[in-house]
Amino acid sequence: MTTERVVTIAWLYGSKMNIYGDRGNVLALAQRARWRGIEPHVVVVGIGEAIPPESDIFFFGGGQDQEQIAVSHDLTGAKGAAIKTSVEDGAALLSICGGYQLLGHEYRPHDAEPLPGIGLFDIESEAGTERFIGNVVIDSQWGTLVGFENHSGLTFLGETATPMGTVQVGRGNNGQDRTGGAIYENAIGCYLHGSLLPKNPKLADWLLSAGLQYRSGEGDLDPLNDEIEQTAHASALQRAFATR
Amino acid sequence: MSRPVTLSNVRLVGGVVAARAIARLIRTLGRGGGTSAPGLVAEWIDPAMLTRLTSRLPHGSIVVAGTNGKTTTSRMIADVLTAHGHKVVHNRSGSNLVRGVVSAFAAQASLTGNPGGDVAVIETDEAAFPEIVRLVRPRLVLLNNLFRDQLDRYGELDTIARTWKTSLASLGEETTVLFNADDPGLTAITRDLAAATIAFGLCERKHTLQLLPHAADAATCYACSADLHYSRIYVSHLGEWQCPSCGVKRPDLDVVGRDVELAGVESLAMTIDQHGESDRYEIGVPGLYNAYNTLAAVAATRHAGVPHETVRTALESFRSAFGRIERVSYRGRKLTLALVKNPVGFNEVLRMLTAATGALTVPTLIAINDLHADGRDVSWLWDVDFELLARGDGMLGATGLRGADMANRLKYAGVAEDRIRSFPTGLAAGLDAFVNQIPDGEQAYILPTYTAMLEIRKTLADRGAVETFWQQ
Ligand SMILES: [Zn+2]
Repeated sequence: MTTERVVTIAWLYGSKMNIYGDRGNVLALAQRARWRGIEPHVVVVGIGEAIPPESDIFFFGGGQDQEQIAVSHDLTGAKGAAIKTSVEDGAALLSICGGYQLLGHEYRPHDAEPLPGIGLFDIESEAGTERFIGNVVIDSQWGTLVGFENHSGLTFLGETATPMGTVQVGRGNNGQDRTGGAIYENAIGCYLHGSLLPKNPKLADWLLSAGLQYRSGEGDLDPLNDEIEQTAHASALQRAFATR
Repeated sequence: MSRPVTLSNVRLVGGVVAARAIARLIRTLGRGGGTSAPGLVAEWIDPAMLTRLTSRLPHGSIVVAGTNGKTTTSRMIADVLTAHGHKVVHNRSGSNLVRGVVSAFAAQASLTGNPGGDVAVIETDEAAFPEIVRLVRPRLVLLNNLFRDQLDRYGELDTIARTWKTSLASLGEETTVLFNADDPGLTAITRDLAAATIAFGLCERKHTLQLLPHAADAATCYACSADLHYSRIYVSHLGEWQCPSCGVKRPDLDVVGRDVELAGVESLAMTIDQHGESDRYEIGVPGLYNAYNTLAAVAATRHAGVPHETVRTALESFRSAFGRIERVSYRGRKLTLALVKNPVGFNEVLRMLTAATGALTVPTLIAINDLHADGRDVSWLWDVDFELLARGDGMLGATGLRGADMANRLKYAGVAEDRIRSFPTGLAAGLDAFVNQIPDGEQAYILPTYTAMLEIRKTLADRGAVETFWQQ
């Protein structure tokens, strides 16, 4: 006799912040739960909508400039605070690109007012002059992570921030210090599209496990056959080194 | 009637001569179609060559732009104009950067700087559009659609729309802008122009989508940023739209397409209303996205003064551009090739292939490369609705440099693992391994990205299955 296991994925601004195939991350979390008999609930949280209290895992993708401004305004106040509190209590979170930037202290565009972030990560971002486009490989606690970056924003880690890993191929946070992404509690932010989670299944399962642990105190996951995922991972690594 | 070689012609002639010589050399060496290297040389010799050649066209230039359908549409227009007795200069091989356009002109121009035709049809890449418009000063600009494409190449959609808007605003009243009004983004950037505008769109009851697909863009109001409401959705974010907040809506249509009949992967028919006339067109290209291309081509050529009978007859014999949709017999198997290059295009191909039964029952090989012309970022595969393929029992194969990403995408789309086959990443080997799985006499689909299509086509051509494209 086991109780039904459920995991709730809150997809922040899913209709606006969804460029570069970032929904693959939500698909990966949902499918990897479903294949283990865990029922995924995906809730898209739009502008003006409150954070559902049952959120176990947050996903926050990238968007275009116009959308990023609207989202930044929406996050100030209670909504940003609710996300921060959940993460500090143990909820899992993955943010990519624009979403990652807005979870830092602020983002400074070239010719406009700075966009305030919620300060979950001790990072600051600013518009750069070069666009970093290409495959990325990062060494991390989950082994190699492989994805594709496409950003002109530069992110710098503050004193209390921990990088997600070290850049082996690509530019990472800022193209200068070889740091890639940031990690705080069970929250991760980085510039890796690709989509990231489907071909980095260890990271996907780490987030899933953290979310379940937060919900029920029970984060164990049955193993899955990841042959197709591992092949995709290996081939992406090979292309990253071949095109570096 | 050839123009005398004057002093001001010398640089122009030099560019034409050099470009033609190099095109010939490259073709002889067999390095490819020779479609853009000569343009590079011609541009270097005389950057103003394109302006001077196009200014000598008695009937001016038609520039065709849009994320999807520009190759097919410009081919349709060129065919109709040719049928009407024009001599058309056209970058027909699909090299649509400035270099490719210069090449096409260099190949056709006489050594005395005569453009070699009386009208030009110029297909342009999204990024090259402002530069081409500046160099060519077109008589007619045709805007098909603006979708999310390979973002590592083109930058974000907002950026393209901004540069297009600036470019369109520079046109005077001697130019007409023909735009797809079903696209809210195109409607936004064609407002308040000095140029004349003509709106085209569909009024179609049968072929509608229930929801905006995931890959849809620009579903927010350009005036007030509210989410747009659609009474009908046709393809991606194209449809009958209006803003529930400020009331902005799809403009009244000057040219209307309706009563579209789709015949599988073969053909389509539709009625087009304009200037108070209604005409039925039948055409040998499939899918609703080609109904848009037909509509655009009819609107453009009717605007250019071609009688509807001539348009109709020319389009009746139209077949699709190479690789867009092709049927090839290879080792006794009937292969249908369809180019896939971005989420919207891929969704429409899947919609066409599954239209008859609601599922994909024919074995299908998807070939994904990540070279520059494909887009180096394969993230876009996650924006395509492969979930449509979870039903059905046909084998789904993956090949190409990023075939492994494709197989993974299919798994997460809910396709049963025993239907997913990973073939060798090398395309010739991948193609043969796939074809070996197809019983003799049966049919199969092949869906390649751009460079994968070139390579598969070359493999097929080397083995005598199809002609190489630059010989067409
Ligand atoms: Zn509005």
